[in-house]
Amino acid sequence: MTKVSITVNGQAQTADLDPRTLLVEFLREHLRLTGTHVGCDTSQCGACTVHLDGRAVKACTLLAAQADGKSVTTIEGLARGDVLHPMQAAFREHHGLQCGFCTPGMVMTAVALVNGHEGPLSEHDIREGLDGNLCRCTGYQNIVRAIAAGAVGMKA
Amino acid sequence: MYAFEYQRPASVKDAVALVGDETVFLAGGQTLIPTLKQRLRQASAVIDLGAIPELRGISATADAVTIGAMTRHAEVAASPDVHAAIPGLARLAGQIGDLQVRNSGTLGGSIANNDPAADYPAGLVALNAVVHTNTRTLPSEEFFTGMFETALAPGELVVKVVFPKPKRSAFAKFRNPASRYAIAGVFIADTADGMRVAVIGAGPGVFRVPAMEAALAKDFSARVLAGITIAADGLNEDMHATAAYRAHLVGVMAAKAVASLT
Ligand SMILES: Cc1cc2nc3c(=O)[nH]c(=O)nc-3n(C[C@H](O)[C@H](O)[C@H](O)COP(=O)(O)OP(=O)(O)OC[C@H]3O[C@@H](n4cnc5c(N)ncnc54)[C@H](O)[C@@H]3O)c2cc1C
Ligand code: FES
Ligand code: FES
Repeated sequence: MTKVSITVNGQAQTADLDPRTLLVEFLREHLRLTGTHVGCDTSQCGACTVHLDGRAVKACTLLAAQADGKSVTTIEGLARGDVLHPMQAAFREHHGLQCGFCTPGMVMTAVALVNGHEGPLSEHDIREGLDGNLCRCTGYQNIVRAIAAGAVGMKA
Repeated sequence: MYAFEYQRPASVKDAVALVGDETVFLAGGQTLIPTLKQRLRQASAVIDLGAIPELRGISATADAVTIGAMTRHAEVAASPDVHAAIPGLARLAGQIGDLQVRNSGTLGGSIANNDPAADYPAGLVALNAVVHTNTRTLPSEEFFTGMFETALAPGELVVKVVFPKPKRSAFAKFRNPASRYAIAGVFIADTADGMRVAVIGAGPGVFRVPAMEAALAKDFSARVLAGITIAADGLNEDMHATAAYRAHLVGVMAAKAVASLT
């Protein structure tokens, strides 16, 4: 077993884990934070995207032990009480989802994209930034629109 | 995944001391974790290199840029030192995989893995970079030995790579639209050791194109590449592209890289 201490959405969490435990399993099965999804086993779909010390990473391709001592933000950590994060609000406003399976990963990638980008995001920047997130429903148009609006909301 | 122990040493010395018959180093995990998940690989212990400060970081002198093995692709892509000295390398790192992969994957993991479609091998070979391991230094052309194969001995650790500063450099690749891995990628570097052209994605491993190097040394323009044909013999052929198509793409990508500099 491996001891891990990870700050998840601002709260310190410690656990004694089988070293094989993936970060996404720790979040979903140990902490019951089921907003982070698993959509593939090839590290390609991005449904599991979370922030590790502020960087967007795929939680299915990271051992929980690698996050020891670090800070993780999941989709559950974005809203402030009942007030949605500007990116979440923009996805709702612009209908950036259909079934919603890819949405937590899309939103987490979008927030990291905006935080890591100086100046306004072009449509091209957004589409390139979504390279690691797949959506099987929407055709991406409204996701791209939502992110452009969410980026403006985040800087407001 | 099969069961394994997890170790996180704090120095290269400690990491190497933990090496055993069935141990494996873990860098960014972007290749290793999927293979462990699929049980394509089994390890008695996973030695996580993530807490070793001496493996991380970028430093520059007047004639070279040194990049630690655990430096992530996103850090190389964003580095002002790399941009200033070797813009082609910054561009290469910024086009690897996707945002999340670049935030985790590392230089050392990429070259130790030596996937035929990986981008870094083209940069290392074209720039005539030198790989430093815990025991020796190797010119890149001796480091990459074949498909998924390198000169690394079992348990040998890549510590850093030293890239001599070229006069100019550029990289262009044609990506598979679904996987985004290169079908063919060409790195061109005008170096102190002459003109060097290195290709990834098209063959079983990185290779140079002497005919292009000679032509570009005489006249650095995309035009001179037009008459050079690449033999399709021995190039990769799969559901994504035939060998002949890959051979053609090498010429197109080389011209694109040169055109971006002229
Ligand atoms: C969806 C996806 C898309 C990708 N697209 C691209 C792409 O377009 N281009 C591209 O080049 N790559 C791509 N990659 C691969 C990515 O660049 C990985 O970073 C790389 O394959 C491995 O680096 P890593 O740090 O993750 O290493 P790991 O997966 O941790 O390790 C890989 C191997 O290297 C060994 N190793 C790691 N570090 C060292 C070291 N310092 N010394 C000795 N051995 C070591 C490990 O033991 C293991 O065998 C992609 C990956 C994914 C998941
Ligand atoms: S679950 Fe698909 S990338 Fe993580
Ligand atoms: S909304 Fe269904 S997968 Fe994206």
